[in-house]
Amino acid sequence: MFGIIASIIDGVLVGLVYGLAAMGLTLIWGVMDVINLTHGTMIVAGMMALYLISGALGISPYFTLPPILIGGFFVGVALYWIAVHRMMGRPPLMSLLSTFSVNLILVGLGTAVWGTALFNVEVSLPGLTIDRYTFPGPHILAAVLAAVIASLLYFFLHYTRLGKALRAVANNREAAELVGIPTTRVLAIAVGCGVALAGVSGMLIGTLFPFTILSGDGYQLKSFVVTVLGGFGNPVGALMGGVALGLLEGAVTPFVPVSWTLVIEFVLFVLVLIAFPGGVFARRGAL
Amino acid sequence: MLCRPFFWIIAPVVGAFVVSPLIGNDVQLRESLALAAVYITLASNLNLMLGYAGYINFGSIVFFGLGGYICIWLVDSNHWPLAASLIATGIGVSALSLIFGFGILRLRGPFFALSTIGIVEGVQAFVENFKPWGGSSGIYISPEVFAPLGGPGPALWVIYFLLVAVMAASLYLSYGIKISKFGLGLLAIGQNEDAAAILGVPTPRYKALCYSASAFLPAIAGGLYFFKGAFIQPSDAFDLTLSTEAIVICMLGGQGTVTGVALGAYLYEELRGYLLVSSTFSNFQLVIAGALLLVIVLFFPSGLMGFIYSRFPRLQKVLE
Repeated sequence: MFGIIASIIDGVLVGLVYGLAAMGLTLIWGVMDVINLTHGTMIVAGMMALYLISGALGISPYFTLPPILIGGFFVGVALYWIAVHRMMGRPPLMSLLSTFSVNLILVGLGTAVWGTALFNVEVSLPGLTIDRYTFPGPHILAAVLAAVIASLLYFFLHYTRLGKALRAVANNREAAELVGIPTTRVLAIAVGCGVALAGVSGMLIGTLFPFTILSGDGYQLKSFVVTVLGGFGNPVGALMGGVALGLLEGAVTPFVPVSWTLVIEFVLFVLVLIAFPGGVFARRGAL
Repeated sequence: MLCRPFFWIIAPVVGAFVVSPLIGNDVQLRESLALAAVYITLASNLNLMLGYAGYINFGSIVFFGLGGYICIWLVDSNHWPLAASLIATGIGVSALSLIFGFGILRLRGPFFALSTIGIVEGVQAFVENFKPWGGSSGIYISPEVFAPLGGPGPALWVIYFLLVAVMAASLYLSYGIKISKFGLGLLAIGQNEDAAAILGVPTPRYKALCYSASAFLPAIAGGLYFFKGAFIQPSDAFDLTLSTEAIVICMLGGQGTVTGVALGAYLYEELRGYLLVSSTFSNFQLVIAGALLLVIVLFFPSGLMGFIYSRFPRLQKVLE
């Protein structure tokens, strides 16, 4: 019995990281109604950055967090100007296609350079042992870091001028423009933050599991499930959704082969969407 | 339909596909045209969803892969003749996608697109764990199954002609749907789904029917394609590259047009053949497909046919 509880607790730890990834997706979604299909690849980019930087400099994996956060922001701003800016005001399906095509380019380049080999980052941290079960140190630290970053995002959105401007643009872009908010710049910053979150969560996942260039699809699907569970454009809900997904994964893992978890999650995604077409918690105005 | 000019434009194109490799028994040309026929089949059936109903299906490859699996399984383990298993494949995959369709087509716009990605993942995970279909190692078929078609050599010709027939059927299906009341309903959904529903278009039913119709011919094409290679495994059958390329082709030719999609498929196949030969580009196929799609989406959203229509407005009446 304790085995199942331990598995669920571990699931929740990992779920917090999934929640952080989904926050990146839902931030962009909420602010400009654009679904970022490069999300999975940005997660993998974070993993690769972790692997390359910590490998080249020989530093602890956790010191790669600040450069990935900053680098991810600039990648996101570039993504906005390349693929999203011209799509504002066009049918939503066009932005889906434009981010999809950027994703193809990135995945193509990645597989051409690194192939589909499995990468693994060694992290040595003592775990926490209770009774016969050990919670791995990286899982605990990743969950703590994810919670810290998520709360920093919350403070940014609610207590800084720029964060308030971001929420204003999400609420009503035209009205925000009328009161003098430079919406284009704010949108670019929103994409930057979303991609930075994806990159950082990728870095955290990279310390937990081995990965390939193509791992992004699975994590992207998880992010969508989390977003749907937590409500669209709702970062706090996304973190809750991540925990819920982790809970489910932890509860299911002891009984079902690993390759089925993705299928179960996908079925959940469709069921939730059908039962609650607007998301579990309907979007209430701003982020 | 018979007295419209476009009906008679399709016929010589199909004729050219049949005749040109026969002249001089050109096997290389046959292989490249076979691939073009597969592209045209996949893209014009995707166009039913993407171009007419305005719904992006990122997972059209599921029909192709499942079709391949069902057909090979019927031929190999159950010893069905090819023709019967092809028809059973088409009907089976269509029925299955009708069930999927009623489930996921309640979702609208982007959510539908996201769930099509999930369907690929789900079906692939199912097949990888499904023992009768060989799990992740796939199914090999013995060369004996080619015997009823006159041995491996002639069998390839038979398969080629069947692929061309499937391609012709796809073009006529696209055209037939476009000029029917059903097609008008789909186009209305693509323009504005709420308005269409208010005007009496039964939107969920039409979308599910369209999704199912767009599964039938790709499934048969998949069956033929993998029967030709005598081997199927999950990573080939559900290779997302092919459904991606179908999207690129639709956008390149001009979504919602029959001619454009066929033209786009042919051009893309030629481009791809050229790039694969060149040593620099062969690793960058996805990159080039992505860059092409990005340029089209950003700067030419109406594709090749949009350009042609704006130059020669009269052609709009002839070329659908």
